[in-house]
Amino acid sequence: MQIRQNALTAVLAMIVMTVLLGIAYPLAITGISQVAFPGNANGQQVKVNGRLVGSKIIGEQFADVVTGKNGKAKLDKNGNPVTTPDPRYFQTRPSATTPPDNAAATTFSNLGPNNLTTEQEIAANIKAYLALEKPYDPGLTAAQVPVDAADSSASGVDPDVSVANARIQAHRIAAVRHVTLRTVDRLIASYTTGRSLGIFGEPGVNVLELNLALNRITGSR
Amino acid sequence: MTLQGWLQIVVFFAIIVAITPLLGSYMARVYTGKRVALARAMGPIERGIYRSIRVDPQREQDWKSYAASLLLFSLAGWLLLYLILRTQSLHPFNPEGFHSMPWNVTFNTVTSFLTNTNWQYYGGETTLTYFSQMAGLTVQNFASAAVGICVAVALIRGIVGRSGKGLGNFWQDVVRTVLYVLLPISVVGALVLVSQGVIQTLGHYLSFTGPTGLRGQIAVGPVASQEVIKNLGTNGGGFFNTNAAHPFENPTGFTNLLEMVLIFSIPAALTATYGRMVGSRRQGWALFAAMTVMFVAGVTVLYAAEAHGTPAQHAAGLHTQVIANSTGGNMEGKEQRFGIADSALFDTVATDTSTGAVNSSFDSLTGLGGAVPMADLSTGEVIFGGVGSGLYMMLLYVLLAVFIGGLMVGRTPELLGKKIEAREIKLASVGILITPLTALVSTAIAIADHAGRVSIFNSGPQGFSETFYAYLSQSNNNGSAFAGYTGFIQPAAGNVGSHGITFADLLGSFDLAFARYAPILFVLAAAGSLAGKRVSPVGLGTMRTDNPTFIVLLIGVIVLVGALTFFPALLLGPIVQSLTGHLF
Repeated sequence: MQIRQNALTAVLAMIVMTVLLGIAYPLAITGISQVAFPGNANGQQVKVNGRLVGSKIIGEQFADVVTGKNGKAKLDKNGNPVTTPDPRYFQTRPSATTPPDNAAATTFSNLGPNNLTTEQEIAANIKAYLALEKPYDPGLTAAQVPVDAADSSASGVDPDVSVANARIQAHRIAAVRHVTLRTVDRLIASYTTGRSLGIFGEPGVNVLELNLALNRITGSR
Repeated sequence: MTLQGWLQIVVFFAIIVAITPLLGSYMARVYTGKRVALARAMGPIERGIYRSIRVDPQREQDWKSYAASLLLFSLAGWLLLYLILRTQSLHPFNPEGFHSMPWNVTFNTVTSFLTNTNWQYYGGETTLTYFSQMAGLTVQNFASAAVGICVAVALIRGIVGRSGKGLGNFWQDVVRTVLYVLLPISVVGALVLVSQGVIQTLGHYLSFTGPTGLRGQIAVGPVASQEVIKNLGTNGGGFFNTNAAHPFENPTGFTNLLEMVLIFSIPAALTATYGRMVGSRRQGWALFAAMTVMFVAGVTVLYAAEAHGTPAQHAAGLHTQVIANSTGGNMEGKEQRFGIADSALFDTVATDTSTGAVNSSFDSLTGLGGAVPMADLSTGEVIFGGVGSGLYMMLLYVLLAVFIGGLMVGRTPELLGKKIEAREIKLASVGILITPLTALVSTAIAIADHAGRVSIFNSGPQGFSETFYAYLSQSNNNGSAFAGYTGFIQPAAGNVGSHGITFADLLGSFDLAFARYAPILFVLAAAGSLAGKRVSPVGLGTMRTDNPTFIVLLIGVIVLVGALTFFPALLLGPIVQSLTGHLF
């Protein structure tokens, strides 16, 4: 008898909690957030000429689709178009998602510390980085590549790069966009987020904001 | 390592030290029935809930009745959550039209959230509807946390009980925990998180076209309301697959700090609640001190190891020293805005407590760095530990330490005036040994059998580490993962054509449930046994449990039990890797 009473209470308690904590609470938070902080609550969407170009805090690819001999986009083995970094834009960190920087299905690389595949992946990232940057920064060597440019991010959609990484890419941007290195470095400084409260986290350069600022100054072509 | 990095760690811990007595004494008031400020707002809701679930909150329960209520509450929660997750195609708030996960992954997920573990074989944004996340998982994030706290409070009542065998009323404890502790902090915390950039929306995923013309999609959802309780309740289940590394869950250094504070606040405060309720705050601070020593050791090793970098990085020709404007170190699987120090700190905080949240990838930690989460788990999650579970497991160790100390000096073991006898020691020993036993036997089975090895991602010792960590994490109800290890194959978002790996899913489920509820029963039995004992007055012969000698003894017992049971397994995975530059 006591067990039956207890079981009834247990079921009722779960229902009450589901209504209170699973429906009323999240909907109330959603309502307040949408009124008080609509920009943040909806993901800090960035629009250019009314068109959504991304989220301020989600990394995305700045790349072009490679076209094959038949004039159509080349596809990789997963059926996604093959892309190549667009030299007019700052590049985000390596990403383990498919395709890279896929904010609809984030994932870690899960590459182990003592694994051959990890070494190959990092070596390939260094090679790709040098291939893109060295023509504009001839003194650049593998030893100078910042770790964030060769190691995959955790989320796969890291919106930031290190200041060292951005300063190296600045050489390429300045040459391709025909602006002075000083102008690009100044822009980097203005889109660098410092540590929270001056103490917590690491400084980073927001790649999307930086690229959009470049477009405003020099045009997107 | 940098001075700046250490400053972050020190400031974080100073905040915890400041919160502990405040929140701790508040919680002591809640559980001793004293009036609190929130009673004016919450009182009517509280009484309404008692009426609607038909309980008399004044009715004292002995340990068996308390345990029966707890188990029935969990069973009802299990069935309801399973029902919710298996009917996803019928859900409201399902803008992406997701179907349900297969039964085996659902079985694992439901057990995982019921046991305050939040081990996740699935990735939230490709698998679950908003309704599942809110009405399913968020509810259990509250409920499972409340259950843990109730057990700890019942044990304290057993220790201080002066008359009879009552441990309080389970239903009252659950309702009061939710209404007076978890919900108010969550409401405020969620809004603060949104104000800093965590998202909270029920809308469609965003489709965008980037500046180069590439199209992409961004998953969104009601994240903040779940993020706050996932941390506060030491649950850890991420809304997104990459958990607190995802910028929508954890956008800045400040949110990272806030989330770490949320994780540590209740487990740390419960030591002060204990001190208050037993009538000697020093008793609480002694436990806090023992926990602190082990926390500092963990974060130091992890930070140093990650700042050093990995053999794979060095072999690839990458330089990992700190240079101007770059963090250096092992940034594989870490976010730029957190860098090395904040990642090492978050990972230590999350594995000290039973929070499965991560802001960086464990599978990509250095060999020695990866040993720290394993060592944290090996203690049985008592370095602050899960909400409630950290304190009650720690108190089992205290019983053991009192017993060993008593034997060493030839005195009758006592805890706060109550004689510790054969029955309590038996209950404490078995309660402590259940988790290592489950973890090690499961790992052995999973490594020996082909059905277990298909879940492995990395080759060599890292593959062993992944397996060991999977069962260690599930047995300790932690929920963090060396995430290469899988129990769910999902070819496309929305679960069409997906299937689970039954072996990994069910072995994990067994570990989750057995290593959660069996120790709870032993703790409640010990509480019941202690509640009936008479208190003998403190004399010259009493062994103190609040001085440095006892703190050292307590740490010694924890390390010895953890090290002795897990050392061989640690040797095979992380220690091999940290002793060699060889690549596998």
